Amino acid sequence: MKRVRLVFSGSGGQGVITAAIILAEAAVIVEGLNATQSQSYGAAARGGATRTDIIISEEEINFPGVTSPNILVCLTQEAYSQYASIIRPGGLLLTDSRSVKTAKKTDAKHIELPLYDTVMERIGKPIVYNITMLGALIGITSIVRPESVLEILKERIPPDFLAMNQRALDLGLVLGAQYRYTI
Amino acid sequence: MSEKLMFVQGNEACVQGALYAGVDFFAGYPITPSTEIAELLAARLPEKGGKFIQMEDEIASMCAIIGASLTGHKVMTATSGPGFSLKQEAIGYACMAEIPCVIVNVQRGGPSTGNPTHVSQGDINQARWGTHGDHGIIALTASNHQDVFRMTVDAFNLAETYRTPVVLLFDEVIGHMRERLVVPDPGVVPIVDRLRTSVPKDVDYHPYLPREDGRLPMSDFGGHHRYNVTGLFHDMWGFPSNNPSVVQDLLRHLVDKIDTNVDVITRYKEHCLDDAEYILVSYGSSARSAIHLAKNRRQKGERLGVLELQSIWPFPAEMVRAKCANAKAVIVVEMNMGQVLTQVKAAVDQPNRVFLANRIDGKLITPSDIKGLLRVIQGKGV
Repeated sequence: MKRVRLVFSGSGGQGVITAAIILAEAAVIVEGLNATQSQSYGAAARGGATRTDIIISEEEINFPGVTSPNILVCLTQEAYSQYASIIRPGGLLLTDSRSVKTAKKTDAKHIELPLYDTVMERIGKPIVYNITMLGALIGITSIVRPESVLEILKERIPPDFLAMNQRALDLGLVLGAQYRYTI
Repeated sequence: MSEKLMFVQGNEACVQGALYAGVDFFAGYPITPSTEIAELLAARLPEKGGKFIQMEDEIASMCAIIGASLTGHKVMTATSGPGFSLKQEAIGYACMAEIPCVIVNVQRGGPSTGNPTHVSQGDINQARWGTHGDHGIIALTASNHQDVFRMTVDAFNLAETYRTPVVLLFDEVIGHMRERLVVPDPGVVPIVDRLRTSVPKDVDYHPYLPREDGRLPMSDFGGHHRYNVTGLFHDMWGFPSNNPSVVQDLLRHLVDKIDTNVDVITRYKEHCLDDAEYILVSYGSSARSAIHLAKNRRQKGERLGVLELQSIWPFPAEMVRAKCANAKAVIVVEMNMGQVLTQVKAAVDQPNRVFLANRIDGKLITPSDIKGLLRVIQGKGV
């Protein structure tokens, strides 16, 4: 892995930005890589379309924007419609099968997973949806080690909620591990 | 505290720099995209015995830091364009009364309330001439978090050295983006502390009587010495004066103390600049796009380089002239209508070879935006 460009998209409140920060922080703090995380946002937060750009690289990162991502995650239909076309040819598109109906073919490996339904069925708390998504992405790509993410979760999350987050991460890892995408 | 690796927003890098430099008083009024600076200092300052005050507005915040600085504190406020406009009158007071302070402006789109959540670099000239009357001012900027940290420390040092307000001109992209920051061990980056008077208690202290080296030692206001502070032209006791020679000498001093030290204050970085035929002059977040492009084009054998400005005011005209002397063309990359462009044109020998690559729609200028213009200048078409 020299340089991976990712876009996480969904709607405000789903935690896609938090997931992006945790991933990038794990890459920088635990794995010694470089990473940038940025987001554009308007005046309204909750419910609006959210997008965050992440670059993870062994080299220095200058321009922090992502124009065509290697990895695109879409958690809502709106996000999918808006961003499906920007994915880099040969890239990875990860969507939630519950909320995204894919319309046209993109030149990418497309993986649909029942992320939300699995979280609700197994844990029952939508708050960890983003962590399951992150787990699935790591299960598929091995972009960072799961232990690296766990280390960041331990720092950021109050002890009472850690077990639930760890379960959510494991849930995602198992879902993702059925597939393989080499970065 | 020992060397610490962090993954943070630029606004937090600024806070870390301020804490490293010894900030112990912050007054502010929250405004996007600078709010995290106030938020973090509200948590951190009380822990270390400092003071954080959220004032009723930006004017009061500026006045509060001026007062606190006079009593001996290292002070800072943070805002964005609309708040920076409100602070201008008091910034002039700090210039006139020679009170060290640091003002952070995380730039967003203007004029007026403008484009609150999007990037701009439109306050370059406001930092220079936002307050009325001739005066010197220092403004620094940075394109990455390590440099945000360093420029923040430098801002405090320069404020103390020259007894002046120093403006930190960051922008929304730098403020909100997250990346790596290594906070060095204490002592690694030098810190300039307040130069205090050696005049003992009960002996007359002249607040505006320079030492032989021209510096003005301060006495913590409310401490051992009684003295006057005013925004009016003043004599060595700090009392108002309209004596023509007092007025002329003070105004000349306020301008010269900054302008004659431009070489000491100047901060810049070179990227691929040796033998560059085409030079991109940039600063802040737009410099990241310029550097990205230059590194890419170098791999293809193109002689493209970047001169990254880290001090904007006083403008390092002589340095820019020298660095650009052999360039076929100079392209100023910024997110405004050409505010640094004007300075670069005035600095170089051949202003007709200076061009502007800008973006003013609230989006970060991209490497391909710059490349498009570069190709046109090179006669290659789009």
